[in-house]
Amino acid sequence: MSMTQQAEPAVTSPPVSGPGKEKDGRTRQRSLVLRLLARPEVGVFLGALAILVFFLIMAPTLRQGSSMSTVLYQSSTIGIMVLPVALLMIGGEFDLSSGVAPVASALTASMTAFELTLNVWVGVIAALVVSLAIGFFNGWLLVKTGLPSFLVTLGTFMGLQGVNLAVTKLVTGNVATDDISDMDGFDQARAVFASSFDVGGVNVKITVLWWLAFAALATWVLLRTKYGNWIFAVGGNKDSARAVGVPVNFTKISLFVLVGFGAWFVGMHNLFQYNTVQSGEGVGNELIYIAAAVVGGCLLTGGYGTIIGPVFGAFMFGLVQLGIVYATWNPDWFKTFLGVMLVGATLVNLWVRKQATRR
Amino acid sequence: MDRSSHPRSRRFAPVVAVAAAAALTLAGCSSSSGGKKAEEGAANASAGKATTPRMTVALVTHQAPGDTFWDTVRKGAEAAAAKDNIKLVYSADPNAGNQANLVQTAIDQKVDGIAVTLAKPDALKGVIGKAEQAGIPVVGLNSGLSDWKKLNLLEFFGQDESVAGEAFGKKLNEVGAKHALCVIQEQGNVGLTQRCDGVEKTFDGKLDVQNVNGADKPSVKSTLTAKLKQDSSIDYVVTLGAPFALTAVQSVSDAGSKAKVATFDLNKELIGAVKSGDIQFAVDQQPYLQGYLAVDGLWLYKNNGNYSGGGEQPVLTGPAFVDKSNVDKIAEFAAKGTR
Repeated sequence: MSMTQQAEPAVTSPPVSGPGKEKDGRTRQRSLVLRLLARPEVGVFLGALAILVFFLIMAPTLRQGSSMSTVLYQSSTIGIMVLPVALLMIGGEFDLSSGVAPVASALTASMTAFELTLNVWVGVIAALVVSLAIGFFNGWLLVKTGLPSFLVTLGTFMGLQGVNLAVTKLVTGNVATDDISDMDGFDQARAVFASSFDVGGVNVKITVLWWLAFAALATWVLLRTKYGNWIFAVGGNKDSARAVGVPVNFTKISLFVLVGFGAWFVGMHNLFQYNTVQSGEGVGNELIYIAAAVVGGCLLTGGYGTIIGPVFGAFMFGLVQLGIVYATWNPDWFKTFLGVMLVGATLVNLWVRKQATRR
Repeated sequence: MDRSSHPRSRRFAPVVAVAAAAALTLAGCSSSSGGKKAEEGAANASAGKATTPRMTVALVTHQAPGDTFWDTVRKGAEAAAAKDNIKLVYSADPNAGNQANLVQTAIDQKVDGIAVTLAKPDALKGVIGKAEQAGIPVVGLNSGLSDWKKLNLLEFFGQDESVAGEAFGKKLNEVGAKHALCVIQEQGNVGLTQRCDGVEKTFDGKLDVQNVNGADKPSVKSTLTAKLKQDSSIDYVVTLGAPFALTAVQSVSDAGSKAKVATFDLNKELIGAVKSGDIQFAVDQQPYLQGYLAVDGLWLYKNNGNYSGGGEQPVLTGPAFVDKSNVDKIAEFAAKGTR
């Protein structure tokens, strides 16, 4: 059971059909279009496309290249975090602390550099260590105790929220960190995490490139490596996976560590883009990350999903959030619009998949 | 089963290595500019210390975690408590029901005075009545200007959000704004809405309102960029909190807009932006003063029977304008996080 779940996405995703499925009559009868539609990322792609067309009609300003660049920036800050969150979800777990974890990382970097008057790169590395450690802790606690990830990461979420606030207050005497923009290394770090450049008169944020690069890397890992197969296996059925020799504990812990890496990266972007960090930020973002992964076709129960799907899921979030602004709808209804459009897009996704798999 | 322990120890190795590397580089990696060293030398305001008997005061606010504004209120309250030989018990919860429970716990602790914010006065009505029955004096601060007398509070320290908004609108007229955007960082917050409404009342130009997600900076930034791109006639962005003003400045430049930025409330980063001209002006309700006066007011009442405003009038702490002409005087206090 688990082995079919494990093998199926890995084999169907490349366009060339794998040698293992040579004489399967069922797949042969279905047309290329239907087979394409059955893939998890196609539904969300069509959903995102529908919303894009809708807003291009409703909001003339969105048709400018610079507006699209803003949408992509918004999507990328969500999307970078959605990638590891989606991998973790395919691996059968999820992480409620992913919203405040970037803030914890940014606070660590800022305070380490400022309080000790060090080059900001020292802070950046310290934050990486802390972020990976938080991820490791989540995974380790999950594996050791056997508690559900909901409970483990809810505990981390609340714990971090308090630590963010209390430690910041203890160290800086304020609830926000000090401005580090005049310190050594800041400009370099900003170039890496928060710079932007012009392409044909359109300003592109570097986070968009990082997002796409990470997405490409994650897709390769998921589809082309042994580790990718492990992720599907532990998400599908942990016990069968273990029985066939998949290192379940290592896979789960490392997925949480990956989320820690994502949190570090997003945290560094926030720090170097905005110079200071407020310790109360980030709450609520974890749900956006999880929702973007689900909209992108990842199952909440694990064992199934892609990376391209969540990329479109994050894009859809950015698009809806800003499309509402470009369309100049009454801002009082903002959240309602957001909710309606997301459920609508997910239904389109679901409908497309049903149509494709119906015979 | 056994195999899981191998990869784990392998995972640990790079973490340890990175930590060790970080520790090693600490010595050679100090920053020559900024940082704690540049900040040292600032001392807090201090006055003589009262010799009156020790009393306990509870300050209960509707602060959301991690908000710089409330941090300043608390610092003011702590300064007054230190001076007056008061033990200050601070607690906060943005949920009105929870805030009422916090007031109840203060009553249970038999404190000598309670200072409370009235963001949602109706929810606190019952518990404030209980405090009065228990003979504990209660003062109001920050929000609740229109309700403190109805609830029989001793005195009130704060700013009328509408009045502050109206003053802001007039200032916008003075500087020649034609089309302003009022940015609400927390949808549904009564005080923030009152500020925008106040601005609209006196501002002669057109005022749009935009909600943003204050808990997520990139989202604030791109939402404002989108709005400014969508409507290039906006020539003034009005933010309702200092951190959002600084983000709005980035949005303006991203959108290629010519809009100027002005804001409610201050913090130390904002002072620099006012100096450099990125932010035109800030209207300040002096949160430090609100916390300080509320605690000091309870001390005066207990030890000398005084009440500020004579129990009839609120004591207004704002709106005070900070712009290029007076920013230098305030900068040194803001650096300490007390303005």
